[in-house]
Amino acid sequence: MAGQVGSDVASLVTRNEQNILPEWVELQKNAGTLHTGRISEGELQSQSRNFLHLLRDALTQSGTDTLAAPYEPAKAMLTELSRSRALQGFSPSETATFVFSLKQPLFNALNRDKTLSGEQIASTVWSLTVLLDELGLFTLEIFQKSREEIIVRQQREIAELSTPVVKLWEGILALPLIGTLDSQRTQVVMENLLQTIVDSEAEIAIIDITGVPTVDTLTAQHLLKTVAAARLMGADCLISGIRPQIAQTMVHLGVELNVISKASLADAFAVALRQTGRAVVKARRIEGFALPEKSGRQGA
Amino acid sequence: MPTTKTERLGIRISDDVVRVRQLTRTFALEVGLGLVDQTKVVTAASELARNTLDYGGGGDVTAEIVEQGGRRGVRLTFEDKGPGIADIEQALKDGFTSGKGMGLGLGGAKRLCNEFSIVSEPGLGTKVTIARWK
Repeated sequence: MAGQVGSDVASLVTRNEQNILPEWVELQKNAGTLHTGRISEGELQSQSRNFLHLLRDALTQSGTDTLAAPYEPAKAMLTELSRSRALQGFSPSETATFVFSLKQPLFNALNRDKTLSGEQIASTVWSLTVLLDELGLFTLEIFQKSREEIIVRQQREIAELSTPVVKLWEGILALPLIGTLDSQRTQVVMENLLQTIVDSEAEIAIIDITGVPTVDTLTAQHLLKTVAAARLMGADCLISGIRPQIAQTMVHLGVELNVISKASLADAFAVALRQTGRAVVKARRIEGFALPEKSGRQGA
Repeated sequence: MPTTKTERLGIRISDDVVRVRQLTRTFALEVGLGLVDQTKVVTAASELARNTLDYGGGGDVTAEIVEQGGRRGVRLTFEDKGPGIADIEQALKDGFTSGKGMGLGLGGAKRLCNEFSIVSEPGLGTKVTIARWK
């Protein structure tokens, strides 16, 4: 019987397209689809028309069974639509409204149709409700999936971005840590640091924790493991950027960092230079070294 | 002790530990704790939340802003239905751990707060309450 309902609705759609389409677009506009200005009315018109046609074709060929092959084009369009809306920042309900708001125009068209009996209308309404609910949920699922893809991508970007190892001088590396040191990111940090130590034959690595808001025992443990691994590879570690509140907290916690630590990265860099037999001095103190002459522009 | 604000959070995955820290920081700021005290209570919350997750098998935290005698403070209650702690004295000792941690979390949390109480029944679960006053 599903086939019968399918072709009934399909011919209903064909006969009443002139009424259904404007009514549906109007409902979507009332629901605020255009308010944000993320899609134009023309786009909404053509999206609605395309979907209505795809739905009609699918109904003709396979009734209301959304798992059947003829529904693929309609689903592909919904996938495309909810993916793009997820990226454009639509809310889930704004996205699902696209499908759900089609109910009313279709039911209105059914009621206006004088050729159908009350019983036929009731059963068609039910089949259509089930069909549109399925498609609406499908839209939401795709929407959710697209949002999750965005989140996973951003997580990866953050994990990569926030663990750069920078070379301060010949043999001296710095690792500025930012944010939470959960175990997955710590793994990336450790690998990055150890690999860069090998690549650049570094003697000293400075781990700067100015950007780490909370240092608890797990964070401290991760830090100590990183330091121990670096030592095994022949590099000394310094820890810098320990702010006063962090220092007090660590003392209360009872955590001892068995490494040289400094309040600022500059202090740690000075220590590193000293340990590698270098020093930073003011240029004019060196005999025979001439300062470059100031040009007029630099003076300003 | 009148409570002026309460919020409850589940601790199920490691991301929840971050959320507990953020919630604690928000409450500490609202109470007007200084930067050092904020950091202390946030760190203690981080330790206890991780204990709840790793050793208690997950649980809940209730954060409250409490008032007593004109003083305001943050109170946090961590509850789990895990295996419980048989010997609390031993668990509080620095360097003792039944897992892979440093063994400083529980004792450290106690030192970082003004009030600390722990109730545990082997097989039934553990409840740790801490408070930090302004």
